[in-house]
Amino acid sequence: MALLEVKNLKTYFHIEAGIVRAVDGVTFTIEKEKTLGVVGESGCGKSITARAIMGLIEQPPGRIEGGEILFQRNGKVIDLVKLNPKGKEMRSIRGNEIAMIFQEPMTSLNPVYTIGNQIVEAIVLHQHLSKKEARNKAIAMLEAVGIPSPERRVDEYPHQLSGGMRQRAMIAMALSCRPALLIADEPTTALDVTIQSQVLDLMNELRAEFKTSIMFITHDLGVIAHMADNVIVMYLGRIVESATVVDIFDNPRHPYTQGLLNSIPSFTVSRKKRLVPIEGIVPDPIGAREGCGFEPRCPKAQEICRSRVPGLTEIEPNHFAACWLCV
Amino acid sequence: MVPHNCLLEVRNLKKYFPVRKGVFKRTVGSVKAVDDINLHIRAGETLGLVGESGCGKTTAGWTILQMLKPTSGEVIFRSRRLAQPGEEYKELNVVAASRKELKNLRRDMQIIFQDPYSSLNPRMTVGAIVGEPLFAHKVAQGAELKDRVEKLLLSVGLKSNHMNRFPHEFSGGQRQRIMIARALSLGPQIIIADEPISALDVSIQAQVLNLLIDLQREFSLTYLFIAHDLSAVRHISNRVAVMYLGKIVEVAETDELFLNPKHPYTEALISAVPVPNPHYKGGRIRLEGDVPSPLNPPSGCYFHPRCRYAKNLCRSQTPIQQEMGKGHYVICHRAESLSLQPIWTG
Repeated sequence: MALLEVKNLKTYFHIEAGIVRAVDGVTFTIEKEKTLGVVGESGCGKSITARAIMGLIEQPPGRIEGGEILFQRNGKVIDLVKLNPKGKEMRSIRGNEIAMIFQEPMTSLNPVYTIGNQIVEAIVLHQHLSKKEARNKAIAMLEAVGIPSPERRVDEYPHQLSGGMRQRAMIAMALSCRPALLIADEPTTALDVTIQSQVLDLMNELRAEFKTSIMFITHDLGVIAHMADNVIVMYLGRIVESATVVDIFDNPRHPYTQGLLNSIPSFTVSRKKRLVPIEGIVPDPIGAREGCGFEPRCPKAQEICRSRVPGLTEIEPNHFAACWLCV
Repeated sequence: MVPHNCLLEVRNLKKYFPVRKGVFKRTVGSVKAVDDINLHIRAGETLGLVGESGCGKTTAGWTILQMLKPTSGEVIFRSRRLAQPGEEYKELNVVAASRKELKNLRRDMQIIFQDPYSSLNPRMTVGAIVGEPLFAHKVAQGAELKDRVEKLLLSVGLKSNHMNRFPHEFSGGQRQRIMIARALSLGPQIIIADEPISALDVSIQAQVLNLLIDLQREFSLTYLFIAHDLSAVRHISNRVAVMYLGKIVEVAETDELFLNPKHPYTEALISAVPVPNPHYKGGRIRLEGDVPSPLNPPSGCYFHPRCRYAKNLCRSQTPIQQEMGKGHYVICHRAESLSLQPIWTG
């Protein structure tokens, strides 16, 4: 069975202007030792999905309105939605069995503690090792993520490290407790391409070594092609397409996925060819929608798209799309 | 060297930022953000300027426009607007221009910034933002001003009734269109676009790229397109210059640069770009380490500590620019003997 199974997850935010349906009925699974790529633009709900799994939704204004997050733990299946996010059990899972790395390594590391202190804190808390053992483990982790002279770096503060080094330190911290699932939310977006390629290679190596599953969130289709085994494409809080990475790129079925692939300049496309952008903008997320969320921008929209929401349907083996044109 | 249709020429441009320390703020060193660069931009072309953060590409753009005063060097601009009758253009050194001359030159040279959220005044209406340059240069006022603003908004794909709205009412892509309309308002000859699409969502980037290409045709514009996204730069540029630690290490026609790179840094940079194709299993060149500090750059060739082809010569001697085929310039000791990996084109 899968390591993590998310079923019909709904996370809404109740704000003055109305209800934002940030995640509106999302279903997917993450297999053991595989990488699930999550693609989407800002506001599509990809980060909120990740935060819901981690139990990091700020309530209020946020609320998990429904659904299940089934996590396999020591042979038992537990529903993370039912756990108190501040309770003992969730705290023993968060950071220990499910760890997360964020986009901005500078804002997610504490500037007044050394790198070593922050890694040691996680190890002591979850693994019940002594301070000394934990420190040795922290040094070993820093070495594993390729930080040169880790014995010296362990006592440095975040501002003394470069952006790439900070992200490596974050990865070291996240993997220090050997989590079963690592959630990476745009981990390389703030990095330069040459540093990004170092960090991506590192994550692939560590995934094999630590037997970790990865949920990799990004808007960069190039990174997805390089990292993911399976991909879900999100738009306005819903999954519009889900397939293997090869199917997503070779045989995209949802007009949004097709639009994304046609709109990016790529080395494999002739320079002379004009890009085909997706017209319009992502609509206001406040309030309920009738019909498909992509309909206002969809070049193929029909009458039914305006009135009824398409469900995620299996159109080919292991290839799902939420589109009336694919049914 | 410099073609006859050159619009802008940069000669030995340097921008050093002093580093001060201690009670008396003694100058203890300098960050060589732009370190002796030479460039020319032809009328009507797009020159891409790429490099990683901290390489000096933005500083180069700002120094060309005199938003930062260069330490030394010249920026020669050939203004068609200021030409006397009978002349094709008037040649001016932007660096030596007086305040008054510079203000006049700004009509020909405009800029688009990266972040459309922080570069528009939130208390001004869109009409006031786009019309301000016209007003400041006394080009138009009253009904004519309004008329011209309307036309500008339409030309960037906005509506004329957007004039009375405020920047916060617009999405990122629309704000970037407002920025472009403002840059276009004085009918410039050259626009420096500093990372114009990197703050935008993927599906919006293509809209803005297409708009820039269309406007270039319509108004015969020349662009200096500064970006770190190599796929976008390849798409829009006629020629591309690659910057590393304040120096332009390679410059060539776009296809030439991507298909026949001559500098090991260019090779590594283009191979690091993730290809949106799951079948790509090509060899990516992994650059070790980070970009060194520009405060204390390495000896010899600045790239040698990260270069897999570096020899003793590279550690001790600073390489000079050489021409490898027509219009293809590179600063590398080993350029002639290396055969480097081009981009994967599928």
